[in-house]
Amino acid sequence: MLTYVLSVLTFGSIYALLAIGLNLMWGMAGMVNLGILGYYAIGGYASALLTVHLGFPVIAGMVVGTMVAALLGAATCVGLVKLRDDYLAIATLGFAQVMALIAQNEVWLTNGTDGIGQIPRLGESLRGDAFNLAYLGLCFLVVILVFAVAEILRRSPFGRVLRAIRDDAMVAATAGKHVFGFQMKALALGGGIMGLAGAVYVHYIGFISPEIFQPQVLIYIFLALILGGRGNNAGAIAGAFLVVIVVEGTRFVAELVPSLSAVQVGAIRQLIIGIGFIVVLQNWPRGMLPEPLRRYPAPSDDPADQRKSMGKA
Amino acid sequence: MELGIEIAQLVMNGLMAGAILAVPAIAFSLIFAVLQISNFSVAAHVALGAYTAYVVNAAFGMPASVAVVAAFLVSGLVGVASDHVALRPLRSYGPLTVAIASMALNMVLENILRFGFGNDVQGLDLPVYRNWIIGPLHLAPQQFYNFLIASGVMIALFLLLAFTPIGKAMRAVADNPKLTDIKGINPEQIARLAVFVGMGLAGVGGVLIALDAAIEPTVGFRVILSVFAAAVLGGLGNIPGAVAGALIIGVAEELSLLAMPVAYRSAIGFAAIIVALLFFPRGILNRR
Repeated sequence: MLTYVLSVLTFGSIYALLAIGLNLMWGMAGMVNLGILGYYAIGGYASALLTVHLGFPVIAGMVVGTMVAALLGAATCVGLVKLRDDYLAIATLGFAQVMALIAQNEVWLTNGTDGIGQIPRLGESLRGDAFNLAYLGLCFLVVILVFAVAEILRRSPFGRVLRAIRDDAMVAATAGKHVFGFQMKALALGGGIMGLAGAVYVHYIGFISPEIFQPQVLIYIFLALILGGRGNNAGAIAGAFLVVIVVEGTRFVAELVPSLSAVQVGAIRQLIIGIGFIVVLQNWPRGMLPEPLRRYPAPSDDPADQRKSMGKA
Repeated sequence: MELGIEIAQLVMNGLMAGAILAVPAIAFSLIFAVLQISNFSVAAHVALGAYTAYVVNAAFGMPASVAVVAAFLVSGLVGVASDHVALRPLRSYGPLTVAIASMALNMVLENILRFGFGNDVQGLDLPVYRNWIIGPLHLAPQQFYNFLIASGVMIALFLLLAFTPIGKAMRAVADNPKLTDIKGINPEQIARLAVFVGMGLAGVGGVLIALDAAIEPTVGFRVILSVFAAAVLGGLGNIPGAVAGALIIGVAEELSLLAMPVAYRSAIGFAAIIVALLFFPRGILNRR
């Protein structure tokens, strides 16, 4: 049972990283990206290949995996970012599908659908729950660090420009901001965080295969961010843990129904998540922790009031 | 000479495959034209159509023509119902929110099918024909019949849009919903009709794919990239464009076999999306 709880929390941390990455791209900079599993997978694959074939230490593999995913994020910017929302959604979805094709078919590199096993795990000298607990500690540490960086960025002038671009790219450009450069940085940062999530995943599980491109994970991460509150990093983390708990909770709900096959149990679980997604979106479209928006009082006609408000500023 | 025949064979196969692809691509584009929404749940409605055909054909032993009609009605009705319950309340939050919700809806519908039919691959019970040989080219009769069904469905849709009052109303709403509202056409009703026809067509597309290949819950998701690519290539919302786009994608996917391993066939869709967005951002049949 302890092992199970630890693994649920570890997956919660991995999803939290993905959700923070998505928040940078979509929540803050307004670029919807349905290709997030592409960055997640390339981070995982890069770290796995380097540690298995070239004997890199795990930490070095994770760092390189993060950087490769960040580069891929910057590269996506070149072709895609000028597209309007729907086109961007379609194109990024296609991007992830092509990444999945590469993972399945470039057997010389990725070992195809058999996947890469025997990936060194971090802290391998530890056994059983000691490993799980230590790894969970590491995950929490990574989440806190990434959260701190994302939060500093959000409060910095950089974050303000991203939000300005999200709300109206034309206005940001008119104010002399280099929109494309900011978007590229947001995609690179977000992609890097997702790549880090992938690297954390492979060195926990010790195995990676094209199964990593499960479409439901994409839904989970969007649900996490929407549930938590788009634009809010703390919301992204809270949403991710809530989604993992709900996803795992559905396992028990589905098993309450007797005489179902494993496929049917899986189907019911995804059914619950999908319906939950739509219910959340319909009822709490801004999430549990909505992005804190600064409101400025409307200027009033009374000159005395105007002086007062100017004095306050 | 050998190569010439091979290319001719691939082009013919591509046109046949493209005609099948055109039906769900039209569905996607029609819904986009009237509602300004990318509805990703087209994939699940394709699968729903395929399973309807499976039930009608394998369980009740009906011919393909009955399956086509049944799939149109079932997918169309499920499309209207799911749109009404899940997506319509979200429209005020903008098209992107609806598009993302439609992905969740897709997951829901796909898993209902998975719950009922499992993950096993099913096939329709069809007579087996010997290939026709036309000069140096081979043509499977089933392929040709599918081509005829797809063409028939498309012609029916064009007649509907071009000559009936309903079709004119749909095009009017696509052009300017506020103005049509003033003229006494209820855009809400027209939107519902567009979803019915669109998702019905997606279901017919599913039957055509089922006639051509196998059925499983992700049958729609597997072709969805090619379907989107066809719609984007033609310009989202442009229905003749979607047909042209689908034929181009179909032929390009077949011709890619000359240069690339078959596994990367579906990457053609992505490449086409990028090319379309770089060179024809409003679609290849753009008149504006």
